Amino acid sequence: MNHPYKALDFYNVDELYTDEERMIRDTIRDWVSDKFMPIIEEHNRAATFPSHLIPELGEMGVYGASLTGYGCAGLSGVASGLICQELERGDSGLRSFVSVQGSLCMFPIWAYGSEAQKQKYLPQMAKGQLIGCFGLTEADFGSNPGGMLTKAVKDGDHYVLNGSKYWITNGSVADVAVVWAKCEGTIRGFLVDKGTKGYRGKSIKNKFSLRASDTSELILEDVRIPASQMLPGIEGIKGPLSCLTQARYGIAFGAIGAAQAAFDEACRYSKIRIQFDKPIARFQLVQNKLVWMAAEITKAQLMCWKLGKMKDAGTMKHFHVSMAKRNSCWMALECCRLGRDILGANGITDEYQMMRHMCNLESVITYEGTHDIHGLIIGRELTGEDAIL
Amino acid sequence: MDIVVCIKRVPATDAAIKIAADGKSIETAGVSYELNAYDEFALEQALRIKEQLGAGSVTVVTLGPKEAQKELRDALARGADKAVLLVTDKWVYDTYSASATLANWLKSVPCTLVLCGRQAVDADNNQFAPALAARLGFGCVTEVSKLTLADATFTAERDIEGAREVVVCKAPAVLSCNKGLNEPRYANLKGIMAAKKKPYEEVAAQVIAPAMAIESLTLPPARAAGRIVGNGADAVPALITALRQEAKAL
Repeated sequence: MNHPYKALDFYNVDELYTDEERMIRDTIRDWVSDKFMPIIEEHNRAATFPSHLIPELGEMGVYGASLTGYGCAGLSGVASGLICQELERGDSGLRSFVSVQGSLCMFPIWAYGSEAQKQKYLPQMAKGQLIGCFGLTEADFGSNPGGMLTKAVKDGDHYVLNGSKYWITNGSVADVAVVWAKCEGTIRGFLVDKGTKGYRGKSIKNKFSLRASDTSELILEDVRIPASQMLPGIEGIKGPLSCLTQARYGIAFGAIGAAQAAFDEACRYSKIRIQFDKPIARFQLVQNKLVWMAAEITKAQLMCWKLGKMKDAGTMKHFHVSMAKRNSCWMALECCRLGRDILGANGITDEYQMMRHMCNLESVITYEGTHDIHGLIIGRELTGEDAIL
Repeated sequence: MDIVVCIKRVPATDAAIKIAADGKSIETAGVSYELNAYDEFALEQALRIKEQLGAGSVTVVTLGPKEAQKELRDALARGADKAVLLVTDKWVYDTYSASATLANWLKSVPCTLVLCGRQAVDADNNQFAPALAARLGFGCVTEVSKLTLADATFTAERDIEGAREVVVCKAPAVLSCNKGLNEPRYANLKGIMAAKKKPYEEVAAQVIAPAMAIESLTLPPARAAGRIVGNGADAVPALITALRQEAKAL
């Protein structure tokens, strides 16, 4: 049901943001309300992404918004995080699309690409005229990406890529894929254009989660690309992991948006749903659930604001991002579960957005490092003991 | 063409309005504000005219409190070139006062076209555009829902009772903009960042005294509880009777 959205701001976190950050947040919030909310349920049912909105997001400057130059908006960390928050208030699939484009595809080209690569891809990607995807995960290598089997072999002034990637957002629609492959045992990044012989994407069907988003398998069979398509500025697993740090940062903010949507819907419902001749908001158990949601959302807002400040100051480390990503996804999913409970039986239909967000968040809590893996990253930092490798 | 867009900061349409203790004004605490929705059409049209001509300027102006800076910054972010806030702590509630104050200021700046919303959704007076035009000696077309510009002539369409009226006029003019005129753009994120660097001016408003005074404000009476006359098709006759005889709606 489409109601005017009211975002919770119990601690007046708003005053921590700059005027520009608030304006950017409100612009995206309004756009999501006007353009996205009226159509999301249809797309979720049909398992399609509203691709007609891609250029509009480009015109606004949403793609790669925190990058500088090449047509990018050059926004603060907090502003780019708030964009993710507002997009994910609409749907995690929408935020995923933007995260993949900006953090996973434009970022490595911007950070590690040659000048020619930057000129070739970034301005068009910023406008949404070229869509990117990020090929790291493989079917058998999720939490352990370093074990990847995809290989690149040098052949004269070309590389030949073989292997496959799995769970790739935008994989079937992308014009360019950032593919990570082992080259003589070292992980390197390659830019593979759509239409290159031997390269194709295949959509993964019948998902319960992120339905309004393409998730694909990338298949690479003797894909021959010029050596100039390799990212020259990075080698090793730190390349893809640095991209994930960027994307996880966006997710940490994004999941707050989904939690806000859940809280807004549940709180609103509790005031109009009458049982035993009174609104269920008057029952202590219902209030307790809403209070839990509000408190977790408020804590996450403050954590992410501070994370954004650290990003802008250059002091943000990957384990800081892990804590925020882990916390936001967990609390957002719990908010949806509690919210669904408040909605009772009505909460299971797509007349309400609760279960769409809940199902989406099952992916969001899993991709870009699962809840447990992020726990181990933080644990390693706290104890000095590595429980992953 | 130098275009001035008059905008107003108004209580958000979903704000719960309370009457203040004086019984003559609204309680401002806890009310959120926004740009008057009709003014968005005016701003968008101004930007389109400037884009069409490839020259000229778009200045946004408002008469209001310091806080109205937010709405002006929003207009700058969407593409206006300059913003002016005529600062006043007074609540300017009548059109006589608002139009006289704005007209005096407009006479001091280059301006060949004034655009505004057809009405502000707080006071709903629907008088500002004609009053301003009269004071400036400009032509005026109200409630414009379609506008074209060719050979320095505006062709404006307005919805009137059961028909559409087509009016032509030349600058200088005041046009009030209605829903349907255009689809206002969203601010571009780079535009939001650039807005900070655009000319922004605050001037103490020389508010002309109002010609009328508000005696009292009262909220509409609370709606009485509804009555369920029955369920399903069997209830229709009773419902019709009630609508005819009690509500006198049929």
